[in-house]
Amino acid sequence: MELSTLTIQEIHQLLITKKISSVELTQSMLNRIHDVDSKVKSYVTVTDEVALEQAKRADERIAKNESVTPLTGIPFAMKDCISTRNVKTTCSSKILENYVPQYNATVTNKLADAGAVLVGKTNMDEFGMGSSCENSAFFNTRNPWNLNHVPGGSSGGSAAAMSASLASFTIGEDTGGSVRMPAGFCNVTGIKPTYGRVSRYGLISLVSSFDCIGPMTRDVYDCATVLEHIAGHDEKDSTTYQSPVPNYTQHINKPINKLKLGIPKEYFVAGMEAGVESALQESIRQFEKLGMEIHEVSLPHTKYGLPVYYLLLFAEASSNLARFDGTRFGLSKSDNAKDVIDIYLQTRREGFDDEVKRRIMLGAYALSAGYYDAYYLKAQKVRTLLRRDFETALASCDLLLAPTCPTTAFKLGEKTNDPLAMYLSDIYVVATNPAGVPAMALPCGFSNDMPVGMQLIGKHLDEQTLFQVGHAYQQVTDWHKKLPNL
Amino acid sequence: MTQTIDTKTVKHVANLVRLGISEEEAQTFSGQFSSIIDYFNMLNEVDTENVVPASDIANAENVLREDVVKPSMDREEFLKNAPQSERGYVKVPTVLGDE
Repeated sequence: MELSTLTIQEIHQLLITKKISSVELTQSMLNRIHDVDSKVKSYVTVTDEVALEQAKRADERIAKNESVTPLTGIPFAMKDCISTRNVKTTCSSKILENYVPQYNATVTNKLADAGAVLVGKTNMDEFGMGSSCENSAFFNTRNPWNLNHVPGGSSGGSAAAMSASLASFTIGEDTGGSVRMPAGFCNVTGIKPTYGRVSRYGLISLVSSFDCIGPMTRDVYDCATVLEHIAGHDEKDSTTYQSPVPNYTQHINKPINKLKLGIPKEYFVAGMEAGVESALQESIRQFEKLGMEIHEVSLPHTKYGLPVYYLLLFAEASSNLARFDGTRFGLSKSDNAKDVIDIYLQTRREGFDDEVKRRIMLGAYALSAGYYDAYYLKAQKVRTLLRRDFETALASCDLLLAPTCPTTAFKLGEKTNDPLAMYLSDIYVVATNPAGVPAMALPCGFSNDMPVGMQLIGKHLDEQTLFQVGHAYQQVTDWHKKLPNL
Repeated sequence: MTQTIDTKTVKHVANLVRLGISEEEAQTFSGQFSSIIDYFNMLNEVDTENVVPASDIANAENVLREDVVKPSMDREEFLKNAPQSERGYVKVPTVLGDE
């Protein structure tokens, strides 16, 4: 039996009926990573020792039938921007290449408490800045569906690892599509929860007001299972919601007929790859067959989503990344430094790659005297309008449907010389983050043999509806079951 | 409408974010920044008269807690990641110059 391709739900059954042990499962996953990941290059660090130790403890829990959860004994991988105590956390940046955190992120603790088994940390665009994983300072991750193509970004490693069956689930982080866009490119399911649903404590910040940690999984049911375990209030992150986390999986089979699905007309315009558009149209018909009501809606400020997102990202990132200064942790360059400023200048010059340099400089520009009103403040005002767009559309509908990207995964190197062209690939995913609403990506077809993704966008804190609708869709389609040949 | 960000401006913002850059890099960034900012200027089309800038995204209220002392990270543990330390402190070169 090929264990690596099973869902969490299927593995859980095998574990609790003692057909397999977590140690066996974990060892076979680690073997597969050591065999196959040289092609995909999704992992920055593989944590063999930690994994086998956690698997052993999971087996003890299962043997004693003590606090066994659906995640107990399940091997997973974590995006390398989420802190793991005593395990390197690099953000795929030279400035953190050898950084070993002394503490865990809340998400790391929650997954450890649930008994999940960490098999490694996955590659990403440096500090989450990119849409193809090509901005990793270490190496390019490849799309398991075609190794000459990118996996998307910034959670490209987590998407590729999930797609290549190199973990039973992965954790990504979505600042402006970084879970959904690579999920679409690699044929996996992934959710950006409502802002504030999952604690950001221990996540290395990119844009504090956009960042959302979310799972990437084989199917919607697994996605709901993982979110149940990582969501919730955290006193260490005051932006987390106090409201209890619903039992998403318990209600996942609730009927979806009569639910209203909004199709934003601004998302279906010229420029979309023909195969992407036809896959999306086919899914709309599928939802109609499932008894949903389809309505056209308008998100009038859509075209401004990209500049709003990037301007606010530049500004917040330039401030957040000020902490990497070579004095307290991380890379430190102090050759003949005559004062502390010299350490800053040298460390940041050597430690950051070009995209990070571009963005923090543009952030300082957008925030500087004379430009603050024209750029930063203007973007925050248009952000208010973007948010109202979603509120209005979601007042008349239960959820919205959109593509995750205008194209399928592009070739490695295709957009690296043109930063603006790379930014434009995020056009469908960025607007949800300034608005804070939840959105889930799921496979919906193929175009020229490459996967196509769609996203379901919901109301604040209404992940439940996204899971119900996505689950119903996956009961009548099998796109999510298609796996790449490696 | 093309807005040029010259190398002088690039060097100025590099200094603001404490980033050492060469003349050649300043040239490259200058071209790239001009086209990016030029694209972003499309925001000028949007009428934002009387629109309140967004300031929070979810929980619009203050979150308060009792101010109680709790153990924090051990000093030795913290200093494990410091490039240089001395007598329990992070060590850096001169912060204030002689002038």
